[in-house]
Amino acid sequence: MIPELGHYALVLALAVALAQSVIPLVGASRSLPSWIAVARPAAIAQFGFVAYAFIALMISYVISDFSVINVAENSHTQKPMLYKVTGLWGNHEGSLVLWVLMLAGFGAAVAVFGGNLPPTLRARVLAVQAAIGVGFYLFILLTSNPFARLLPPPLEGRGLNPLLQDPGLAFHPPFLYAGYVGFSMAFSFAVAALIEGRVDPAWARWVRPWTLAAWCALTVGIALGSWWAYYELGWGGWWFWDPVENASFMPWLLGTALLHTAIVVEKRDALKSWTILLALLTFALSLLGTFLVRSGVLTSVHAFATDPERGVFILAFLVLVVGSSLVLYAIRAPSLKTGGLFQPISREGALILNNLLLATACATVFVGTMYPLFLDAVAETKVSVGAPYFNATFGPLMVPLIATMAIGPLLPWKRGDLGGALGRLKIAFAVTAAVALATLYFAWGGPVLAVFGMALAAWLIVGAAVEFADRIRLGRAPAAESWRRALSLPRASWGMSIAHAGMGLVVMGIVATSAWEQERLLIMKPGDRAALAGYDVTFLGTETIRGPNYMAARGRYEVSRAGAFIARMEPEQRSYPTPPMQTSEAAIRPRPDADIYIAIGEPAESGGWATRLYHKPLVHWIWFGSFVMVAGGLVSLTDRRHRVGAPARQRARAPAPSAQAAE
Amino acid sequence: MRLGTVLPIAIFAALAVALGVGLTLNPREIPSALIDKPVPEFDLPPVAGKPLGLASRDLKAGEVALVNVFASWCVACREEHPLLMELARTKRVAVHGLNYKDAPSDAQRWLAEWGDPYARAGADRSGRVGIDFGVYGVPETFVVDGHGRIVLKHIGPIMPADLETKILPAVAKARAQR
Repeated sequence: MIPELGHYALVLALAVALAQSVIPLVGASRSLPSWIAVARPAAIAQFGFVAYAFIALMISYVISDFSVINVAENSHTQKPMLYKVTGLWGNHEGSLVLWVLMLAGFGAAVAVFGGNLPPTLRARVLAVQAAIGVGFYLFILLTSNPFARLLPPPLEGRGLNPLLQDPGLAFHPPFLYAGYVGFSMAFSFAVAALIEGRVDPAWARWVRPWTLAAWCALTVGIALGSWWAYYELGWGGWWFWDPVENASFMPWLLGTALLHTAIVVEKRDALKSWTILLALLTFALSLLGTFLVRSGVLTSVHAFATDPERGVFILAFLVLVVGSSLVLYAIRAPSLKTGGLFQPISREGALILNNLLLATACATVFVGTMYPLFLDAVAETKVSVGAPYFNATFGPLMVPLIATMAIGPLLPWKRGDLGGALGRLKIAFAVTAAVALATLYFAWGGPVLAVFGMALAAWLIVGAAVEFADRIRLGRAPAAESWRRALSLPRASWGMSIAHAGMGLVVMGIVATSAWEQERLLIMKPGDRAALAGYDVTFLGTETIRGPNYMAARGRYEVSRAGAFIARMEPEQRSYPTPPMQTSEAAIRPRPDADIYIAIGEPAESGGWATRLYHKPLVHWIWFGSFVMVAGGLVSLTDRRHRVGAPARQRARAPAPSAQAAE
Repeated sequence: MRLGTVLPIAIFAALAVALGVGLTLNPREIPSALIDKPVPEFDLPPVAGKPLGLASRDLKAGEVALVNVFASWCVACREEHPLLMELARTKRVAVHGLNYKDAPSDAQRWLAEWGDPYARAGADRSGRVGIDFGVYGVPETFVVDGHGRIVLKHIGPIMPADLETKILPAVAKARAQR
């Protein structure tokens, strides 16, 4: 009964979404207040129905109701409770339910917290949001029903892919989806603005927190996914330029650009047309990611079971949503009034450069991801574009981006003085040079580019610190004055400094681990000893252990340095019976300076065990830095401008932004 | 309308067409470099409990045959297994097995449990022969003409439709050309 009620709730959500996508839109264009008023309760009701369906499916998973096909295929009674619950979104149908839950949740959030939005704009935003929802509900109900029954029910479920039974991955999809779906808010706001024919600073102020929240969620999602790949896939890699990873990375790149250009709209009333386009494209790429993962057009290790029929549906939906929004853009964008003028060397100019570089970087990833598909469609040859392409094209684009990231925030709006900004970065120059020399000293004979990369990252981190110190007049005013200034500094400024420094940490991690990683692949017999980056790794032997739903061969290794014991490390090779599969559990000793990473493979015929040893300098900085970036985003979200009621006050002192720039 | 505002929709239209074409293509059909090439030279001992192993000379004896790469740890192999049993029972074409990276006892138990459709079955414990065949996922099935030449490679489990539309026609063609 519970699954049927869940199914029915989805149908009701579809009906509500249909009404919500039409009535408020008509009401807004004909100025019918009672029609406009439909939007808010409809959005909340829609969320209620989807939440009911989600909980119904959740209950089926928790009680292992194998008469539901989706549960039977993806769960198992012996699975730990955490993975029974997270198994819900570890498959195509269930993940779609999570997706619509978030979509409806964002809509309901606008309905509840959007009290300060003009009613017509709010009605249009909610209508567009509901229209996206209609597509997804139809997709679920017509092609991917999660509540379909199975008679007779099997005694035992087929289990969940053991690779996915992992805390890192259990929470990776919800964050990723929150990011994807969050960008639907920016999309809905952009379409609503195009329909209204008006984009102004107030609009940008309403869009920014949603975009920022989505960006934070997506950053967490990508970082968790990368971390999972690092410790679970057993290859010690953290990014593979796999089509599915790229599918989440492209919206991140454009979303980052959108985040920055929305500031220009908010503060300077410029770049409107471009900002709208970015908002449309960011969500288009989120949808494209969904299409790529589920339709089977690109083969990838993480793709869900693929099905051409679903592919056709998503493609039709993609064409409808993105196509119609871009047509609307083509018609309406030329009529948007351009606002404030500015010189090339200015905060606006720096943000445009940032946007150009991010958009180009996104385009290179796009080309690399889609090229095999295009070639297949045109010439019927199968190729795959690997990491060398991405490293050769993406890396060089990041260099000017990071170099200017330190300078841009020091430039004032409208017209800047590059010499003055660089002058204020004297300390950053000095620290950068010191880092370069230190790197040369410690890693003499290593790749020269790595020295450059470390220096660049240091430049970014110190640059962010200098900008912050500059704002609070550290060293130029009494300490108490600086402290007072720091406290009264807008949270958005705090957020920017933190996020930029976090990016610097990520870059350091990437450069160091790419340049100075040490790797050894060998067959080890019990008692064998191998040297790794100054450590000695001794293989003591293996034992067989029994986990809750797997058997494993556990290798025992001892790490020592100059004879002194450092750590005992125990990687595992697990075999799961349902479904039969092997996974590798690497043993990792994470430290701020470097990770030691040991993975054990198959027993060799000669009696030893295939063992992979890695020494990875600064690799954890990649994820630590990502979370620092997210922290920056969250701090910025708490800025008073974004809080309920604040915009009204902000509007009263509307000229403030340009005055602030003169500081 | 300005060019700049029409450009996005134009690019998107081109992309949508390419995606549409992409949907009609089967990502599984990755061409094998070994099509129309002789099978690699190999000589494998029999799978535990079976009398006959598999060697490249067995595939040059004049009879068109299927070489099915299987393993006890492979779930999809179980999916296609009834079809192979049916082929062996009706003798429409000879089926040989290449047991890929499997423990002898596991392979033996697997064949005992699910049935043994293979006329010959070689045990490729190290996976060396599989690599020479270009195997990268189990199951895979090769159609070899009587002269040891590979004429077709099928990746993934054999579905009834694959058998009727791809594999058996290739067998018939190879027989006709002999």
